[in-house]
Parts: sequence; structure tokens; C-alpha cells
Amino acid sequence: MKLRRCRHIIAAVAACAVAGLGIAQAQQPASVRIGYAISKTGPYAGGASTTTLPNYQLWVQEVNKAGGIKLADGRRVPVEVVEYDDRSSSEEAVRAIERLINQDKVDFVLPPWGTALNLAVGPVLDRAGYPHLAVTSVTNMVPQLSKRWENAFFFGDTSSNYAEGVVAVLTQLRKDGKVEGNVAMVNVADQFGIELANAARPALEKAGFKIVYNQSYPIGTQDMQSIVNEMRRRNPDIVLAFSYPPDTIAFTDQAKTLGLNPSVFYTAVGTAFPLFKQRFGDNAEGVMGTGGIDTSSAAIRDYIARHQAALGKEPDRWLSPVTYASLQVLQQAIEKVGSLDRKAVAQEIRNGSFDTVLGTITLKDRVYSGGWMVGQWQNGEFHALAPMSGTGAQPAQVPKPHWK
Amino acid sequence: MPILDALLNGLTLGGMYALVAMGLTLQYGVARIMNLAYGEFLIAAAFAAYWLFTGFSLNPLAGLLLIVPLAFALNWLIYRVLLAPLVRRAKTRAALEVDSILATFGLLFIVEGIVLVLFGGSYFNYSFLAGVLEVLGTPLALNRLLAVGFALLLGGGLYLLLNHTRRGTAIRAVAVDPVAAQLVAIDVRAAAALAFALGGALVAASGVLVSMFLTFNAAMGVVFTMKALIVVIMGGVGNLAGCLLAGLLLGFAESFVATYIDPGLTIAVNFALFLLVLIVRPHGLFGRVTA
Amino acid sequence: MNGRQLVLPLLGIVALAACAVTPLVGSGYAMSMAINMLMFVSLATAWALFSGPTGYISLATVAFFGIGAYTVAVLGETLPWPLVLVLAALFGCGVALVVGLSTLRLRGVYFVIFTFGLAELMRQLVTWYEANYAGSVGRFVFLDIGQEQIVWQLTAVTAAVFILGWLLKRSRLGLALRMIGDDETVALHCGANTTFAKLIAFSGTAAFMALIGAIVAPRWTYIDPTIAFSPVVSFQVLIMALLGGAGRLYGPALGVIPLVLLFEYLSANFPNYFSILLGVTFMAIVYLVPNGIAGLLEAQLERMRSKPAALPATRPQPNEDAS
Repeated sequence: MKLRRCRHIIAAVAACAVAGLGIAQAQQPASVRIGYAISKTGPYAGGASTTTLPNYQLWVQEVNKAGGIKLADGRRVPVEVVEYDDRSSSEEAVRAIERLINQDKVDFVLPPWGTALNLAVGPVLDRAGYPHLAVTSVTNMVPQLSKRWENAFFFGDTSSNYAEGVVAVLTQLRKDGKVEGNVAMVNVADQFGIELANAARPALEKAGFKIVYNQSYPIGTQDMQSIVNEMRRRNPDIVLAFSYPPDTIAFTDQAKTLGLNPSVFYTAVGTAFPLFKQRFGDNAEGVMGTGGIDTSSAAIRDYIARHQAALGKEPDRWLSPVTYASLQVLQQAIEKVGSLDRKAVAQEIRNGSFDTVLGTITLKDRVYSGGWMVGQWQNGEFHALAPMSGTGAQPAQVPKPHWK
Repeated sequence: MPILDALLNGLTLGGMYALVAMGLTLQYGVARIMNLAYGEFLIAAAFAAYWLFTGFSLNPLAGLLLIVPLAFALNWLIYRVLLAPLVRRAKTRAALEVDSILATFGLLFIVEGIVLVLFGGSYFNYSFLAGVLEVLGTPLALNRLLAVGFALLLGGGLYLLLNHTRRGTAIRAVAVDPVAAQLVAIDVRAAAALAFALGGALVAASGVLVSMFLTFNAAMGVVFTMKALIVVIMGGVGNLAGCLLAGLLLGFAESFVATYIDPGLTIAVNFALFLLVLIVRPHGLFGRVTA
Repeated sequence: MNGRQLVLPLLGIVALAACAVTPLVGSGYAMSMAINMLMFVSLATAWALFSGPTGYISLATVAFFGIGAYTVAVLGETLPWPLVLVLAALFGCGVALVVGLSTLRLRGVYFVIFTFGLAELMRQLVTWYEANYAGSVGRFVFLDIGQEQIVWQLTAVTAAVFILGWLLKRSRLGLALRMIGDDETVALHCGANTTFAKLIAFSGTAAFMALIGAIVAPRWTYIDPTIAFSPVVSFQVLIMALLGGAGRLYGPALGVIPLVLLFEYLSANFPNYFSILLGVTFMAIVYLVPNGIAGLLEAQLERMRSKPAALPATRPQPNEDAS
């Protein structure tokens, strides 16, 4: 009898202990599980493995080296990664995110690369209440999207702002008497290229520029000779190509070969890639493009050095630092909340201010609007030009030196 | 002069298309292997050239001497080890086509996967022979001209090889009718292996050449496979002259449309031209009607 | 109808029913898998209804699939959903009729590459039109169509494809298609209207492909020509159907199920070596399962049945040629 009661007590104690342990474990997770699906293969792989994936790797490495993310009890928990390949397909991306949420039960999901995939996974993340920190999604739809998905944050700004940034730089240059104003423009027939061109055209006309050539070309085109020749015949002093990385290289290369020498030479996505600098060396000097960095910022210089040291390659000078900053925002929001409560973390991202490689940033209306719109290769670095009011903005160097 | 520009651009572009497609016309026309991994081999060769150039500062033209024989050997092995069993077991030509589509589809993933593991998915390029040659007042990039030159050289060389040597005649006989070729004591399997390997060597050469002026990444192979397939089918399977002509036609169409109509329509016009040719001539420009 | 003949339809019904109830019992991921399965089973089966018996290998699947998706993108928000679906099927059917009429002279690989070119041309034209006249290449699809509705609609379409296939096999049209596959000239001499048969089958299955594209489109939120007309879909359908065995009604499904699971397993467990492993498994399948999974299954059954009866297993095989 005695023994029996004793046994009961032991059992009860054990049960309490187990339950207590369970509660303790619920309060203190052993790790923060972060999941992402990224295009390792397919047409988006080029962009994803330049801008997005390296920064995910760098961030995870650095966080874990520092012991992890700090939670409320002061303990640091390491980040555990679950990664998939979305094979550049919307369908795969949606399923991969659902797998991350339902099967792997990750605590947070990092976004895929590109507008199309960010939009594809948007509804899934929204439904499941996961914060969605979209960086490489640059579209004019941002205001509508943020209205629709209340946990979505946009770090990439709208296409129109990028186009208007270009026009603002050009207007200033004309005011300074550095350009006359004959614009030849071409764009890749894909969403971003078209949105840029559609915003640039009226803005240029309104500012009194004369558009002497205006065409588009299909995505994937790497033969630009006809376009460059047609531009050359019209003798523009401003050339704008709203292009994607492979065509940015091809267009610049063929402009160089065929001797298209305007005062302002602008190519869009890919100009800020280290690849561009490697390929063109001194010829990159004076070329403008989307993005840019504040070279006077010690944080940015340090970031570039760490990126180079950890991954063996330099980051691009447009959305790479922004991607990294978005991860810092996530980390700091988790640390401020002190737990993995997604709702609270999203709330914190909405209202808080964060100390990142881009300086102290806030997300007013869930949009980060401090990004650089236009940059220019000057003395081997891609300096930010616009918005001209931004701290660290450099004056444009025009005319661009002739191709060597 | 716009028209001269368009002509010369068309020539460089068309020459590149013909160059890229030449290997496939041998692999498909003679060895009867519908090689879906064709473009991946092109990309692999481009990466090899890049690696040799940036890592060992080996001139890509010298790289050709290394890469092409290697590709020949590799493709010969692939045919002997992987594809010959399929040829042996296939009862009809159609059955072989299905099997080769399936098998080379697997091969596509393997080659792409290897390139991906070695180099990652980002874009690559390098600058070589980026100088300019003025032709009648139109500047042309040297590396592109070189590709056209090679297309003509390889095309001519192959033509001589196929028409004036014993081996070449055997290859042509196999292309026309493998069963009848056997009857006149041609070793069909050896001829097919040779043709497949030659095709592989050609595609490697074209990969090295286009790597001098194109930006590439691991995922781009399929673009080249499709371009090559279109040129081969349009020219008539197994016909070198048809391949050259089809390539040039597509190049001219593209450059004239870009100059005079709308550069946004270049690829659409290419496909429209291809479809039109097939509607008028269901076996391609130079294709023979086989019973 | 004997017991063995009933087994497959019964299995099919059970499988479909299982898919149909996933929204009630399963998670979002389970639904996702069900959608993926149903989409490829119905696409591959529809593909094989035309390409299986006739031997005309089509790479135009995505052309019709994309037309369906685009119908939703353009009309989805202005018209009621059932009408959108009907229109999608009609558009797919209409384009297929025009294409079918112009490709009748092509055979073999010329037909294969022609259909591929067609899908690409479609993509280029849509891109060009959208860029120049719609002012934007991408379209946004914000419809209140949940995953469960997509699952149910796809289940219904899959069932319809199978019923249609079953009826087709027993019809004069089905016979005509099989004769075309055996020898088109002979078929013509026997009095079969080959043109009519090919056209009807080609455009009829195209209508289904467009319908499937329309049903799946709301999942993506964002559609552009590169997404809607991705050639990967055509290839995937072709490979799955050929692997399963295009000569049987249930063949393609037998290819789809293991391949979808394989893709899923590999991409979940080996994201960095996905390509290589997929390629290796793929080649292994080609060498080890030469006649498609349906062929393998049938040979197995044949052996099991012929053993006790000790009958020679040399009965004429039904037309297995899937080319």
C-alpha cells in the first residue's frame, strides 16, 4: 500500500517534471528555424545566386558565429536552415513554401528571388500569418500588394521611382548644361523593363527631353547590334537601356564595339553587379545603372569586406546590401520581441526602427523607401547618385569617357 | 548604311546559329539521337573555356585544342556506353526516338547539375578579342566574326570529310538508310558513334566560341538546344548545307526585323519563319521525303 | 466485365476520391501535392489521348495550358468564374483547330519541333502584344478562389478526361486514331477520315489543357508569358506520359505519380544536388523500365496469369508504340 502510494507520487512528480520540461522547451526553443525556397536552377538562378542566396548564407553564418539570435531570457539560439530549390517556377515556389510552413514548421520564411515568385508566394505567407520581407520584388503594384497582405514588407520600392530617379538626374544635368537632351531608350519586354520604360517616357517628355529612339526587345536577347546601330544613327547624347543582366552586358559590349558614345550611358539591372566591373574594367567608368551604394558609409564598406571574406565574391551594389539589411531587420525584431511570436515580430517590424548596414531604417507603411535609384561607376566603385537628397549621394560625372 | 549594317549583323548572327546547330544535325541526322542535352554540352564547354581563361589565362583559341578533343572522346564514350544499348534494343526508329529523348533528358539534368555544383548559378562572361574590324564602314566585333569564320570553316571541312572520304561516305550512307548501309558492309554502329562524337566535338567548339561574346549561366543550355533544333529541322535533318542556310535565314530575318520593324518581334519572326518553312516544306529546306 | 477489368477503374475512383477529400482533412501542403498530382495526371492523360494512339508527339501542351491561364488573367476579374472556364476551353480548342489544320502534312520529329515552335511563338506574340498594347507584360490575378476549390475542380476535370478516354477507346474515332498510328496511308484507304479524326482529338484534348491552365492560374497571383508558356511544362508532361506508357488510358497516370513523388523527394532532401540525382534516376528508369511502367505492370500480370494455365505467352501485344 505504502509502496503503491509512493509509486503514485513518483509518477505524479515525473509527470510534472515532464510537463514542466515541456513548457520550458516551448518557451525556449533550441533553435530558430528559418526556411527559404530559392531558384538554384532555371532562368532565375542567375539573379538569385547573385543577390539573394549569398546574403542568406552570409547572415546565417554571422548570426550563428555570434551564438545565435538572442531571445527574452537572454539566451542565444542558433539559426537552423531549411532550404529548397523552387526551380524558377511559381508552382514549385508555392508548394515549397507550403512545405516549409506545414511540414517543416519553420518559424520564419525568407522570400524567393524576383517579383514573380514573391507575388506567387505572397498569398500563402499571408494566409499563414508569416511576415514576408520582399526585397527583390520591384513593381508598381507595391501599394496595392501591401494593402492586400498586411504582413508583407517591401524593401525594393516601385519601378516608377527608379525611372523618375533617372529623369531627375538627367534634368539636373541639363540644368547644369552638361547634356542637351536627345534620348535613345530601349527596354527588355519583361515586367520590370516595361514598367521602367512606361514611367520614364512621360516623365522625360514632361521634362522636355526629346525621345529619338524607343523600342523593346524580347527577354533573353543577347544580340543588340541592330539596336545599337539604330541608336548610333540618331546620335543621342543620352542612352537608356532598361535591361536585365545578360542583356546589360551584351548591350554595353556592343555599344563599345560599335562606338556608341553618348554623354550619359545607362543600363538597368546588372550594372551594379561585380560581373560588370570584371567584364569592362576601366570601360565601366561613367556607366550609370540602377542601385548604388553610399561609399562614405563605414558599415557598407565593412559589409562588402565581410561578404568577400565569407563567400569569396563581392556583393552587387544594388539589392545585396538591402537584402542583408532586411535580414538584420528580421533578427532585431525577433530580439526586441524576445520570442518567435510571428504576430508580435511583424508588429515590431511595422513600428520599430532598425540599425542596419544601410544605417537606421524604418518601414513606414511597410515600405522601405530609402533605397538608391541611380548609381554610377566612378573610380572603380558604384557610387549612388539619386535620390540626390540622400546622404552620401555623389554628383554625376558627365560626359562619360569614350570607350577605350 | 542601315541595309549594310543589317546584312552584316544578320551574317554574324546567322553564322552563330549555324555553328551552334551543326553538331546536332550530325547527332540527330546520322546517329539518330535526339539529344536534348545538346545545349548543356555547349554551356559546359563555355564554362571550360572560361575556367581555362580566367584560371590559367589560357587563350580560348588554344583552349579549343584542349576542349574539342576531350569533348570528342567524351561524346564517343557517352554514345558507346549510354546510348548504344538503347539503339540495340529499339525495334523501330520511332522507339529509338522516344528512348533517346528520355535518356538525354536525364543527361541534361546531370550535366547541368555538375556545372551548377562546380560554378553555381550566377552569370559568367569574360572579354576576349573584343576588338573591332571595319567592314565597308560598318564596325563588327572580332569575336563574333571569328565565330562566323569558324562556322564556315567547320561547315566546309565537314562537307569535304563527308563527301570525299570513305568514312564520310559511310556516315552519309547511315544517315540515308541504316539498314541498307549494313547490307553494303558498313559498320553502322561505328559510323553512328563517330558521327555522335563529331557532333559533340562541334558543339564544344561552338560553346567555346560563343563564350567569347555571350553572357552565360548554368541554366541557359536549353535555349541553345532549342535554337539548334529549330535550325536543324528547318534545314532538313542531317543536311549541312540546309543547316547553314537555315541559320543564316534566321539571322537575317532577325537583324532586318530589328532594324526596320521592331526589335521586340525578332524571336516571334524567327518562329513564324520556321513554322512557315515547315508548312510549305514539311521536311525542311533540304530534307528528303522518307517513306 | 470481369473482376480484373474492374480493379483499375476502382483504384482510379479511390485515388480521385482521396484527392477530393484532402481539403477536408489535409494541410495546405497536402492540398498542394494533390493539385500537382491532379494537374499532371489530367494533362498527361489528355496528352496521351491524342499522342498515344496516333504517334504524333506534341510539345504544344503549354501553348494551350498558357492560353487557359491567360484567359483567367485577362477576363478573370470581369466575368463569372464558370464562364471564364468555358471561354478558356473554347479558346484552347479554337487555336488547336487552326494549328491542327496547318500541321497536317507534318510527321515525326518535324511535328514535334513544330509544336514546340508554336508554343514559343505564342509566348513571343503575347509578350509583344502585352508590352506594346497592354502596357505591361505581367498580369495580376487576385481571385477569391481557394486551394480547396482548385482541388475539386481539378478532380472533376481529371475524372472527365478519364471518362472521355474510356468512351473514346470504344468509339469509331478511337479506332481511326489507332489506325493512324499503325499506318496513316492504310487508315486512309480503309475509309477513315484521318484529317477529321486527328483534328477532333487534337483540339478536344487542347480544350482540356486550356481548362486545366485556367483552373490552376489563380494559385500564382502573377502571370507573365514566361510563366504561362514555360516549355518545361510541355516537356514534363511528355516525359511523364512516355514513362508511364502512352498506349494505355491509365499509363500516363502511372508515370505521373512516381515522378511527382520523386521530384518532391529529391528537391526536399537534396536541394543542391537535385539536378544530378534527378538525371541519374531518370536514366536508370529509362534503362530498367524500357516499355513504360504500364508495360512493366502488364508483363508482370501476364506472367502471373499465364503460369498456372501454362499457356504460351505469345499472344499479340496491343500497340505499344508510343512514339
